[in-house]
Amino acid sequence: MNLTLYVWRQAGPAAPGRMERYEATDINPDSSFLEMLDVVNERLAASGEDRIAFDHDCREGICGMCGFMINGEAHGPRRGTTVCQLHMRHFRDGDVLHLEPWRARAFPVVKDLMVDRGAFDRIIQAGGFITVSTGSAPEANITPVPKRVADRAFEAAECIGCGACVAQCPNGAAQLFTSAKVSHLGLLPQGQPERHDRALAMVEAMERGGFGACSNHAECQAVCPKGISIDFIARMNRDFLKARARAAPGTRAPGGEHGSTR
Amino acid sequence: MTAAKLGSKVPSGPLAAKWLEHRNHLRLVNPSNRRKFTVLVVGSGLAGGAAAASLGELGYRVECFCFQDSPRRAHSIAAQGGINAAKNYHNDGDSVFRLFYDTIKGGDFRSREANVHRLAELSVAIIDQCVAQGVPFAREYGGLLDNRSFGGAQVSRTFYARGQTGQQLLLGAYQALSRQIAAGTVRMFPRTEMLDLVVGEDGRARGIIARDLVTGRLERHAGHAVVLATGGYSNVYYLSTNAKGSNATAIWRAHRRGALFANPCFTQIHPTCIPASGDYQSKLTRMSESLRNDGRIWVPRDPGDGRSPERIPEADRDYYLEVKYPAFGNLVPRDVAARNTKQVVDGGRGVGPQKNGVYLDFGDAIARLGRAAIADRYGNLFEMYVKITGEDPWVTPMRIYPAPHYTMGGLWVDYDLMSNLDGLFVAGEANFSDHGANRLGASALMQGLADGYFVLPATLGSYLAGHLGEPVSTAGGAFDAVEAEVRQRLDRLLGARGQRSPESFHRQLGHIVWHACGISRSAEGLTRAIGEIADLRREFWQNLRVSGAPAEVNQDLEKAGRVADYFELAELMCRDALDRDESCGCHLREEHQAPDGEALRNDEEYAFVSAWQWQGEDRPEVRFAEPLLFESVEPSRRSYK
Repeated sequence: MNLTLYVWRQAGPAAPGRMERYEATDINPDSSFLEMLDVVNERLAASGEDRIAFDHDCREGICGMCGFMINGEAHGPRRGTTVCQLHMRHFRDGDVLHLEPWRARAFPVVKDLMVDRGAFDRIIQAGGFITVSTGSAPEANITPVPKRVADRAFEAAECIGCGACVAQCPNGAAQLFTSAKVSHLGLLPQGQPERHDRALAMVEAMERGGFGACSNHAECQAVCPKGISIDFIARMNRDFLKARARAAPGTRAPGGEHGSTR
Repeated sequence: MTAAKLGSKVPSGPLAAKWLEHRNHLRLVNPSNRRKFTVLVVGSGLAGGAAAASLGELGYRVECFCFQDSPRRAHSIAAQGGINAAKNYHNDGDSVFRLFYDTIKGGDFRSREANVHRLAELSVAIIDQCVAQGVPFAREYGGLLDNRSFGGAQVSRTFYARGQTGQQLLLGAYQALSRQIAAGTVRMFPRTEMLDLVVGEDGRARGIIARDLVTGRLERHAGHAVVLATGGYSNVYYLSTNAKGSNATAIWRAHRRGALFANPCFTQIHPTCIPASGDYQSKLTRMSESLRNDGRIWVPRDPGDGRSPERIPEADRDYYLEVKYPAFGNLVPRDVAARNTKQVVDGGRGVGPQKNGVYLDFGDAIARLGRAAIADRYGNLFEMYVKITGEDPWVTPMRIYPAPHYTMGGLWVDYDLMSNLDGLFVAGEANFSDHGANRLGASALMQGLADGYFVLPATLGSYLAGHLGEPVSTAGGAFDAVEAEVRQRLDRLLGARGQRSPESFHRQLGHIVWHACGISRSAEGLTRAIGEIADLRREFWQNLRVSGAPAEVNQDLEKAGRVADYFELAELMCRDALDRDESCGCHLREEHQAPDGEALRNDEEYAFVSAWQWQGEDRPEVRFAEPLLFESVEPSRRSYK
């Protein structure tokens, strides 16, 4: 099959970018989208041109490293998938595809289709953990966790941190990502002691990170490769509001680790 | 090198008391002194992430490096199956000794008793730690942890989190690591690739030279100790189940600086992967082995049979595993299944457009158990298969083919996980330590976390205790010299100005290694491959073409450096496979099979760990041997007939 690609090319974070046109000819429909780009890149390199840079690693849809916009949709037109698991058989011969990096203030472009998602790491660092140093854990079965709670926590924990939710959101908001971790840990008994501090600290880090506000478009849920539900956003908001109500002004510590709201 | 230098430092005493007794005598570092030590941890997967987090918690200054954009992406994340622990929650007779025994037997008696026993001991604490972190393991209705039997084990000791156990364990370690980054004990360097190890004149590891993958700048990092936790080298084969970025550069550069490489030929091939669909194929996807519980493997009797599989009658099908191994049938161990499948395909009986697979057929199981039962067991795997192949396994049988998956070999380490280079520690898949010639299912995650959470914090601390007050610095001759060499090498890669891309060389190299040093090996094939690899390596350096510039994001340059290292490693793998003139574990030498095709191990001559020493380019490496002594178990021979 033959495709026409318009690809965002940008040499570096400070350089101006532009869309460039490439013909992807003779592509096997069984190849993945990234394998199609591999073929295009091999040809570009053979003719002395610079390869299109894109992030990728496991190519199994679990590491969360890959992702870009295809015709305005994060990870492309198929639901529940990352670009590495999107196969060319879902496109038609002659299609024209526009590839752009995640577009969000919080994710500066590194090069071409690569962006810097460090703001996600900083949200986790602010409180996306349970404080338990190695060696101090009690026997694993000491605290039963009802299966439906464990299953619900798992659904939130499935987030791969790819950033599609932010990229698709008209506001560039990170509520889905943040609420997934807040909920994963906040649902489990182990996560209760820090539950409200965690929500506060992570939401604050999210706001510092340059993400936009949530206005319930639910675009994030639609493009999430793991199908994470926006119900978790509502849950996070409840935890956040409770935590803020409890926190007396001026007594709140900034981090989840040392903070106390009680 | 003297034999003493290869000392495993396994403590004396009864097997079950060794680790405890050893810990009783390890040296400690005063808490107020820990911040005076800098430890470099390269890699942020289960072993590296867990080590960096735990060392940070203790108060050491840690610098952690990964080539991905975040430590959360390391390839541990892709492990599906589960993690073993001797909790005996099922009251089915499991114990630390049994887990130890199954692991050492699974490794075909080519690993150290003491290391494997320690692994089994620590398995219990790993589960406690992970649950406390919030890892959402599967649970029963009563709220307690669920276990399943995995990889042919007779007990249910595998903890799992749906098909995403690796992801959840890695995120647990990543969260612990994130807490330390926030606390300031760990400094994280994402998008940074280690390109060389700096060894001082005294033979001690002093630091690393790394490349910032965004700016292309070379950076120097110095530490009191260096930990390599950079994973395995299955990508030597080009097509494997590893992530595209997984590579051997860190361990290989360390090897060139003097670290011994142990058992390089011990690589594991997974039997149930989706076959390649064309020459653009970039990696292979593994499907859970559990599929073999209900799927039947077959090929048409007639290689020229052009009918679609569902129209081929029973009489014209060859269920080759069921015929050859009536007792175990489709559930023979990984290596036996993989070897027989490759033989069938090599013999021209492969199926599918590329003739490179065999059928895995659920027709009987669906008829017997009903669609709902099969969907319950394998629904997500069926979906994955449809996504990748576009074929519907409810209608037509799946096609499968083996793929490289895990490497048991790696840098040689002693009981403390220190290599023969003073101050260089190696953890997880990057070392050779616990899996012998074959790795038992659900034990890779266990080893990565045992090394990172529990072994290194104890043994590394003991090492550091002897170096209090010593300054570390990136100034000086050793760093100057190694950085200059790294720069020269990058210039050489960029300056070759030939016709072929790094990717094309890698693909061709992988093809050679897969056929000569994959599922089955022979002296003739290995000898030929060593020549072919040398020829291709010469062409690589003359005809390589790397696009882009050095001082920017340059994925072609990254790839070229990794492929250059694969050439040397591939040759060593073949030399090790040639040298090991026996069949054992995953390593089948065609010359050493019983008349019924069973592998013939040779304990009299080969009950050792091979440890290879770099001698310089174009000079064959020298092999040392660490004898393996079995004091607590009697090496037995397996049979699956």
